Amino acid sequence: MPIRERLSGNEAIAVAMRQINPDVVAAFPITPSTEIPQYFSQFVANGEVETEFVAVESEHSAMSACVGAQAAGGRTMTATSANGLALMWEVLYIAAAMKLPVTMACVNRALSGPLNIHNDHSDSMGARDSGWIQLYSENNQEAYDNMLQATRIGEHKDVMLPVMVCQDGFITSHAVENIELLEDDKIKAFVGEYKPEHYLMNPKEKIAVGPLDLPAHCFEHKREQAQSMINAKKVILDIAVEFEKLTGRKYDLFESYKLQDAEVAIVIINSTAGTAKTVVDKLREEGVKAGLLKIRVFRPFPSNEIADALRHVKVLAVMDKAEGFSAVGGPLNADIRAALYGNADGIKTVNYIYGLGGRDVRSDDIETVYRDLLEIQKTGKVGADYRYIGVRE
Amino acid sequence: MRNKDAKTMTTSTPWKEITPGGAIYDAGNAEDFLTGDWRAMKPVWIIEKCTQCMLCPPTCPDNAIPVEDSKRLDYDYDHCKGCGVCFKVCPFDAIDFVKEDE
Ligand code: SF4
Ligand code: SF4
Repeated sequence: MPIRERLSGNEAIAVAMRQINPDVVAAFPITPSTEIPQYFSQFVANGEVETEFVAVESEHSAMSACVGAQAAGGRTMTATSANGLALMWEVLYIAAAMKLPVTMACVNRALSGPLNIHNDHSDSMGARDSGWIQLYSENNQEAYDNMLQATRIGEHKDVMLPVMVCQDGFITSHAVENIELLEDDKIKAFVGEYKPEHYLMNPKEKIAVGPLDLPAHCFEHKREQAQSMINAKKVILDIAVEFEKLTGRKYDLFESYKLQDAEVAIVIINSTAGTAKTVVDKLREEGVKAGLLKIRVFRPFPSNEIADALRHVKVLAVMDKAEGFSAVGGPLNADIRAALYGNADGIKTVNYIYGLGGRDVRSDDIETVYRDLLEIQKTGKVGADYRYIGVRE
Repeated sequence: MRNKDAKTMTTSTPWKEITPGGAIYDAGNAEDFLTGDWRAMKPVWIIEKCTQCMLCPPTCPDNAIPVEDSKRLDYDYDHCKGCGVCFKVCPFDAIDFVKEDE
């Protein structure tokens, strides 16, 4: 019997970590992810897990300790946000390049400056090219479920890549909501043991990891790494099927909400999808063919699948909770447009930057976006395709 | 089939056979990597002047001055990168430092 509980997003992640019982957790506190290592260290102190908790002196050290522990053969986890993630930067790339399936809970927060502790996606969006798999979560339940699947995905022999499980800082990390948990033994059976093929503490095999890699071989290693990311898509889907059998909860690369016959649609990530769904429902009652596509897997980017899901849409808004400073729009916009180009041409597309630095995003903001899309559909005129919603003009 | 041996990893090893992350499933294999061809300058041992004071061998960052029975031997040019540290350290002018092609 699944366990009905009320947990915040951070608690949900910490509970998932307790149930997985990793070998090593190395973390440094940073708002709004601090509670994750805080709750987890209580589990350690209470003897509820066998994990070695490494209280490091910085996030650079946290990720370095994760790399060392994972290379040694241990299942390793961490949690961070914003500037903590930024301080991990160089080691993020090393974890991915060394093919080490570390699992990270990333609680999305605006990356300074100006100094801000509230939610947007500028932290993890900046890490999108680091070679980490990125899963995004609308609410505490999805954060929990993604965390349980993340370990399996990363550790799959065709993948062997680190995985970042993202959720919105404060909005879901600190909001207590109903949640359905699985029993510890079911999780144990689902996640299984980490059995790497090669690892430092294997007495039967000599190994040197992370050596100097000059032009003669580095390119081949990068190609191999890229293949793992390509392979990850199928693995993510296979594990989602297994997870659905266990829980009844269905996961895909993205969620299509009333999208099948939609004429106006938005693409969105994390908690604002929840707000947007109520707007879609309202518009549907008015007879407006509104729909929504919520990204779950941002890396690997499900380009063809997204193009197929959006093909019939007339007018589309891509919602970026990160300003990419490319002067042409946000990071999600760039990938969505690339997905559509030559694949599903002719969709009138606009990009909105929204919710930066924790600016509240209300249902009427989202409704404004849909009304804008309807106006474009009516007039056929797109106008500015790089816009802001919720900023004071 | 992934390559198990650093020695068989050559400039014609295709990416599908290369070890993930560049891991080398072997230990003590730095010796297999011949760094001698990085050299632009090379040290030359002048055996007649050498007093076997043993100052130079421990300064070599590449372990390229072999020692046997408490005596240094001639250079291991397969690994000497030509940094010149040994040349600087020798108090008896028993090491010359010349251009590689001389
Ligand atoms: S030149 Fe440098 S590398 Fe070569 S033997 Fe002397 S100290 Fe060693
Ligand atoms: S420092 Fe000079 S004299 Fe001393 S062992 Fe080396 S070469 Fe010989």
